[in-house]
Amino acid sequence: MTLFIQQLFNGLALGGVYCLAAIGLTLVFGVLRIPNLAHGALYMLGAYITYFFLTTVGVPYIAAIGIAAIMLFIVGVGLERLVFHPLRNSPHTHHMIAAVGAMFFFQALAQAIWGADFRRMDTPITGELRILGAEISAQRIVIIVTAVIVLALLALFIKRSIHGQTIEAIEQDRVGASLVGINPSMVSMLTLGLSALLATIAAGLVAPINLLSPTMGDALNLKVFAIIILGGLGSLPGAIVGGFALAIAETMTATYISSAVGEAVAFIVLVAVLAIKPNGLFTKAVQR
Amino acid sequence: MTMLEIRDLGKRFGGLDAVKDVSLDVEEGQITAVIGPNGAGKSTLFNLVHGFYRPTAGTISFKGEDITHSSPHRTVAGGIARTFQTTNLFDDSTLLENVLAGRIVRSKSNVFDAVFHTPRHRRESRINEDKAMEALEFCGVAEHRHDLASNVPQEVQKRTAVAMALATEPELLLLDEPAGGIPEEETVDFGNLIRSLPQRGVSVLLVEHKMTMIMDLADTILVLDHGQKLALGAPAEIQTNPDVIRAYLGSTAQEEN
Amino acid sequence: MNAMKNPRIIGTTAVILLLGLTPLAFAQENYAMRVITVGMCAAIAVYGLNIILGFTGQLNLAQGGFFGIGAYGVGLLTTDYDWSFWAAFVVSVIGTAVIGYLCGLIALRTKDEYFAIFTMAIGFIIFLVISRWEPVTHAHSGVNNVKFPEGGGLVDFESPVAMFYLVFAILLICVYTTYAIRRSSVGRTLLTIRTSEDLADAIGVRVGFSKQLAFAASAVFGGVGGGLYATVVGFIGPDAASIDKTFEFLMFILVGGMGTVAGPLLGSMIVTFLFELFQDFQAYRFIVLGPIIVALVIFAPRGIVGYLGGFVDKRSRRRRAEAARGADDDLDSTGASTSGGAGDHRARNLADGIESGAGRTGGTPSSEETK
Repeated sequence: MTLFIQQLFNGLALGGVYCLAAIGLTLVFGVLRIPNLAHGALYMLGAYITYFFLTTVGVPYIAAIGIAAIMLFIVGVGLERLVFHPLRNSPHTHHMIAAVGAMFFFQALAQAIWGADFRRMDTPITGELRILGAEISAQRIVIIVTAVIVLALLALFIKRSIHGQTIEAIEQDRVGASLVGINPSMVSMLTLGLSALLATIAAGLVAPINLLSPTMGDALNLKVFAIIILGGLGSLPGAIVGGFALAIAETMTATYISSAVGEAVAFIVLVAVLAIKPNGLFTKAVQR
Repeated sequence: MTMLEIRDLGKRFGGLDAVKDVSLDVEEGQITAVIGPNGAGKSTLFNLVHGFYRPTAGTISFKGEDITHSSPHRTVAGGIARTFQTTNLFDDSTLLENVLAGRIVRSKSNVFDAVFHTPRHRRESRINEDKAMEALEFCGVAEHRHDLASNVPQEVQKRTAVAMALATEPELLLLDEPAGGIPEEETVDFGNLIRSLPQRGVSVLLVEHKMTMIMDLADTILVLDHGQKLALGAPAEIQTNPDVIRAYLGSTAQEEN
Repeated sequence: MNAMKNPRIIGTTAVILLLGLTPLAFAQENYAMRVITVGMCAAIAVYGLNIILGFTGQLNLAQGGFFGIGAYGVGLLTTDYDWSFWAAFVVSVIGTAVIGYLCGLIALRTKDEYFAIFTMAIGFIIFLVISRWEPVTHAHSGVNNVKFPEGGGLVDFESPVAMFYLVFAILLICVYTTYAIRRSSVGRTLLTIRTSEDLADAIGVRVGFSKQLAFAASAVFGGVGGGLYATVVGFIGPDAASIDKTFEFLMFILVGGMGTVAGPLLGSMIVTFLFELFQDFQAYRFIVLGPIIVALVIFAPRGIVGYLGGFVDKRSRRRRAEAARGADDDLDSTGASTSGGAGDHRARNLADGIESGAGRTGGTPSSEETK
């Protein structure tokens, strides 16, 4: 039982990270209709920049994440302007190829600056909490709490602010939105920037638990794609439910079956969902 | 002889009936038209016959064979071709290449035939070109055969779409607003093309908004409203049917302007 | 018919001849021979990618994985199990075909972004298996001393030139197969799917089945390329199966031209040469190559052969189009082969009172206006 509680919290922490990463990806899909294959690379870059400010520059942890998040927001906007915007009318294969190109660029850049070796990021948050007999590291509690706060803020942003509402409007109807005077390309930039920002927060939170490497985004990339396909491309609630579901399934199988199976859960989910419903689980039937 | 037999056909999307309890016989060598206001379920009916949608009720049989749950590939192979409401051609290909695509379903040669250039492959390529040319000629667009589909006028595109469907060697052709977007002065010519189809051994099931054209062409007319049958009969009967006049003819007059 | 006059065929033949003659210049330089031969192995895998991406329009991100399966199949069977190269090669290729076919069972149901994400997952799983399954694949220590092909006393494949011509011969088969597919109804089927799956469905194309076959064929080419790669380089590591490989292949096909016959070959050779220029900073080459790929997709998505071919096609099409619209007695060869049949139909149309066909043969000015 103690082990179970422990793993449940581990799963929730991981779920928080997955949610933050997956929500950005699903927003980008909803607004730009692009599966951003470079999303994992943005996450990786976010982790390294957080690491740089925390360890090399020496600013406080929260500030490091904040600075990195703002920088990645700019990178995301740049990515939309320089790569996706020029390709908005091209066949769908083209923007996916371009995204892979951007992904390799970011990876090579990180490798050139920080090297290919794994790096460890130490967090100022130490200590453990005892909940129902299980020892949970404070870092994980911080992850869960931050994830919930950020998700709440995001929900508030989308429901309340003008920009958030425009994102939602465009997600629902691109043509209609431009008719009522919303500038789709502004919203595209904002959305990609936001997705990079959220991925960076996720990366900054999880970096002290995991190691950093230029390819750390690859595995995450597939997991978040599994999540948003499970939850339905473009669906925010789907990304949240899918994120926690996958994370808990992963932790539990890793604990009770084997770590290899734990790692494979995301792919099993992905393949199974596509085998049963090739267009994702919760997508509504489109009339032809 | 009855070619296509539709019995109590129904299709629900979510909680809505797009098509409900529709029965229709399409006779061999005839032109049967389906009319009705927008959203009456005409296109859905086509999609059901063609196998794009699976019906939720009823049966469809073609030449005595049940095709209710048949896939589009099997339906086309069985002899039912279709065109789309919006012109649907491969824009970057020439008209001849477009019509040749219609021959795929009748081609039996595979990769090995292509690689080893077998007699079967050569014979089939020749037959395919002949049949494609014949279809283009029949539809009166042969002189455009080497033009890109995106470069020819709307009317030529519409004719090519018919030629592509004919290249699949159908016995029944479903035409979804074939004359839509064609200038008024060309519709008579286009109507002649449709009228010539039964003489070629191709029966026609037609959805069209141009009333004069329908009344002129059709042997039998089915009127749909809200997915259900409103009337069925010869053009003269339909024109005088008070239900039809109330539900449909009035509203089209506005739509067409 | 007039294949000898087709500039596309002349161009492709010239590229192949030029490549086939390279050993004359580099026979003494083993390193150069090896680089070119490795480039040709990649080109074979790129021809596979061409079938699924170029013809069918589906982005396959698992091609590096299939390349890896071919490479590891040959590598492990010829070393740990001491098979002959040829037996190992055949079994590996059959293995990739089976795996490709099985993956295709799911891939055929997906399309566009779902297809890409699915294949990305497949590629990643293959890479994970190869890089983690230590007892079988030796993980990061890789496989050493992969056997050379047995020459049966006739040829000594330890000679780089002999190896070059072996890979060259297999590459030729791939080029020819691509050419044959492209102009057959099989190629037409795939191109139809690339343009519009709905329309393909409407004209009776078996969309899912064709996609599955295209995916399996793509995997087989990947396996062939990988198997040859293993014997050419003699040592393989997990990077033979990584997504980096897929990306290299994408770059090759993008530079050469997607959906063309000569493109994959030309692209592979040119980019292999570029890679050699960046040899000294191998690890960082993507800092330059990443933006190049983005620029290519944005500014020159059709690739070298795509642009050249498009130019040639446009000229010949205009000539033929004018011939077709002009006097009917001056038809080009395609028209001539069918004009007998066509004439009959016109007569029948006239008899049936259809004026539209005959009335328009004088050439409508409208089509000119729209240009």
